[in-house]
Amino acid sequence: MNMEREGQVRIPSGCAIAALISREGRMMSGETIIRAMKPMHERSNGLGGGFAGYGIYPEYREFYALHLFFDDHAARRECEVFLKEYFEIVKSEIIPTRKIPEITDEPVIWRYFLAPLKSMLFNLQLDEKEFVAHAVMKINTQIRGSYVFSSGKNMGAFKAVGYPEDVGLFYNLEEYEGYSWTAHGRYPTNTPGWWGGAHPFTLLDYSVVHNGEISSYDANRRYIEMFGYKCTLQTDTEVITYILDYLVRVQGLTLNEAANVIAAPFWSTIAGEKNREAAERHAYLRTIFPSLLITGPFSIVLGFTGGLMALNDRLKLRSMVVGEKDDRVFIASEEAAIRAMCADAENIYSPAGGEPVIVRVNEGVQL
Amino acid sequence: MSVDFIYPEFEVIRNEDRCIACRVCERQCANEVHFFSPERGKMMSDEAKCVDCQRCVSLCPTRALKIVKSDCALRENANWQNNTIKEIYKQASSGGVLLSSMGNPNPLPVYWDRILINASQVTNPPIDPLREPMETKVSLGKKPKKITRDESGRIVCSLSPQIDLQMPVMFSAMSYGSISYNAHASLARAATELGIRYNTGEGGLHEDFYQYGKNTIVQVASGRFGVHEAYLEAGSAIEIKMGQGAKPGIGGHLPGMKIVGDVSRTRMIPEGCDAISPAPHHDIYSIEDLRQLVFSLKEATEYRKPVIVKVAAVHNIAAIASGIARSGADIIAIDGFRGGTGAAPTRIRDNVGIPIELALASVDQHLRDEGIRDNVSLVVGGSIRSAADVVKAIALGADAVYIATAALLALGCHLCRTCQSGKCNWGIATQRPDLVKRLNPDIGSQRLVNLMTAWRHEIMELMGGMGINSIEALKGNRLMLRGVNMTEKELEILGISHAGA
Amino acid sequence: MKRVYVNEEWCLGCHLCEYNCAFANSGLKDMAFALKGKPIYPRIHIESGEKISYAVSCRHCEDPICVKSCIAGALSKEDGVIRIDRNRCVGCFTCVLVCPYGALAPNADGVMQKCELCLSNECGEPACVKGCPNKAIVYEEREAAV
Repeated sequence: MNMEREGQVRIPSGCAIAALISREGRMMSGETIIRAMKPMHERSNGLGGGFAGYGIYPEYREFYALHLFFDDHAARRECEVFLKEYFEIVKSEIIPTRKIPEITDEPVIWRYFLAPLKSMLFNLQLDEKEFVAHAVMKINTQIRGSYVFSSGKNMGAFKAVGYPEDVGLFYNLEEYEGYSWTAHGRYPTNTPGWWGGAHPFTLLDYSVVHNGEISSYDANRRYIEMFGYKCTLQTDTEVITYILDYLVRVQGLTLNEAANVIAAPFWSTIAGEKNREAAERHAYLRTIFPSLLITGPFSIVLGFTGGLMALNDRLKLRSMVVGEKDDRVFIASEEAAIRAMCADAENIYSPAGGEPVIVRVNEGVQL
Repeated sequence: MSVDFIYPEFEVIRNEDRCIACRVCERQCANEVHFFSPERGKMMSDEAKCVDCQRCVSLCPTRALKIVKSDCALRENANWQNNTIKEIYKQASSGGVLLSSMGNPNPLPVYWDRILINASQVTNPPIDPLREPMETKVSLGKKPKKITRDESGRIVCSLSPQIDLQMPVMFSAMSYGSISYNAHASLARAATELGIRYNTGEGGLHEDFYQYGKNTIVQVASGRFGVHEAYLEAGSAIEIKMGQGAKPGIGGHLPGMKIVGDVSRTRMIPEGCDAISPAPHHDIYSIEDLRQLVFSLKEATEYRKPVIVKVAAVHNIAAIASGIARSGADIIAIDGFRGGTGAAPTRIRDNVGIPIELALASVDQHLRDEGIRDNVSLVVGGSIRSAADVVKAIALGADAVYIATAALLALGCHLCRTCQSGKCNWGIATQRPDLVKRLNPDIGSQRLVNLMTAWRHEIMELMGGMGINSIEALKGNRLMLRGVNMTEKELEILGISHAGA
Repeated sequence: MKRVYVNEEWCLGCHLCEYNCAFANSGLKDMAFALKGKPIYPRIHIESGEKISYAVSCRHCEDPICVKSCIAGALSKEDGVIRIDRNRCVGCFTCVLVCPYGALAPNADGVMQKCELCLSNECGEPACVKGCPNKAIVYEEREAAV
């Protein structure tokens, strides 16, 4: 497989996204989300597709599920030496895939279920999440031939170079069950054909699928890199994921507040807001995080343990539609995709630009 | 003639068919170049006194005049150029230090002209500034490192004092004394109307202008001219001037002939006394001393005003900026080697300091590498000549820019570079009441407002073309820039790629 | 009614108003040809002191003394503007003497003339106002006209 990575050059792209969640935490097979991608085939060009599933590893829910691409088994062994220094490996296995003609040149695709070694945690004086994030960034920047593409608990990303519906088939996603799924199909205008470049981009249990091309990329990147993140892929999705991780996990903002930073209302809108407390807060967030404002068209779905957030740029330059039926909520770039998931979905609407749609699993449900 | 005769640099060409001997040129030339000769019955000119300020050319009602560079030239020599030779004649004659006004005019690289801007196409739509909101508002000042919440979980909206600007441009420091009362009035009124700021420079603040305090930055320079408590209170921000781009390493210089009347009173020094500011602040000999002054000023104004530290762009500017960023200052202003001045020793103006483009790029990157970019906002100047320069500066990493020469041009300056004579025919760099009268602040402030309004629209057009609708998304966005005609090293320092790559 | 007013604070004594006035009332298109080599007879003139200059022209008074004093009935008020009928003027100089502002003066041919706000010439709006480089002369309505 050609491991020439993205990161040397920025690749703009247009795409397709879809997501599905059960508010009651009901398990759903990956088959539904794969169906959503079929009518949106033309939005991709076969150069990248991927999925993220939440709740898919119930027996290992206490452990970090790391998914990796390796150039070859020698790279895997080298990586395992590193992993053993930092983690206790509870399980290590190949991710089962189905051989189909549409997906070729696959790397070694592996997963580990890990627990951070308590002694290392103590030594480095980091909290668990920081520890895992650091380890992931270290592998991705320093260990040759290895790339971590998923690193959360009880969730996993699955991606490849190919059309999303084929990728789903390739990974046997119909055999997985999760309470929340996101999906993405890519249309890059230039590609080194690298598997790691497909969406979703993940960090710990955050996964981001993104349709759009942001014009603020370098302003965002050069700011977020001050806080230890390394934007090695040079993709919009990567920087958006790091921004959300920083705002929510490090700065402690709520999802709504984070949306107010990245899709901040216009000054003229803030001036006209009736609720002065909200206006003051919006103005404050904009003033202290100016370099985290994302301009340019974007339509993202952020997945996290227990929920999803969908958000459009404030000019609504990309499509996004939301629908629901009973306990399930559907999000997609097109209504046809929602109907493919659920023919009689109801209350279908287009959220306004800059207004986040946050859906959570009901309180008290065990995930 | 004599050994040190230097042929006049300019010649006055008068079209005799057009000249109606109205004598406006005679009345309006403070250098007494033109005169009416009754014997000959026509206008004559003594070009030896001409400085090419073009006042007569502009006012002649029949456009009968033009000023040209004299073609009486010494023999061509790429090494010993005409100007170089004449400067030696002057020094041999006077024994003095050569003095010049305005910015370095020599042909050294202008990086702004080698940087190109992106536009969005196909994969990302450009935005139409006529029909969509396009925001140019910025806030200069320290930003907090962490969000804090009160007991009910609400975000505490506390922020250190900021300078809020309707567009990322401010009028840079030009002292009262180096420029006239009416020039200051024009700047103050325009800044107020535009929602930006102007800077008092090191000449203090005339009490007539305290009313514009909300849009005024008061400067504390090494001579501490005009600095007293009411002065500090009057402004909306305080700037400590450590250096300026035109003359790094030395202080301001105002010849005694310009220290008259209100200038002397506002500066708090006797009339006729040369105002030569000391090279360093004599209470700042190291970075910790700067920190002490920053906090003294903050204490004196009860922490209600942001403090700016202005430095000239010199070799180790990145390390200097890093030190300032940790000193408690809220904003760092960097002045490049092209910066203007009322008067400076020619050799220092032309040979000391580095280009602002390179200084800005390296300071911005260095502060980010150290994780302290949020401690300060960056303002750059010296010389920003157009809206395109503003956009490029922000894309390299500046929060805002300072303009001065551009503002004076709007007021009528023709860049003749003879400010040090005190006979500015446009009423700008003079204290002679008959000359100061020539700058009507009604006209001056309107022209400044026009210039800034035009630049703001151009900035919006350029932003829209890039698919950006809020200026903060342009800050530091170096992928929006490409270079041409530059070496690898220059591209590397600027942090941009070559066009086509 | 709009009148020509002068803010002496800004008058530079450059005399451009005089030349612009003379040209505007010359009926010619080429300024150099109109004014070269001959003395000018503008309807506005500069009076200068040591530190101050001021451009003087007709104030179009509400109660014009010149109109009352004209023995030939050449001066009249039309829509607030005081005008001279050149054919009637006999050159007696009475109006020159009685005008408190000194706004009237003879032309090259001895006939009296004064500012008529450029309403009858090619200029359209007062030439002195248009040509003043420092906005010392303005054309506006003010309360309590003299």
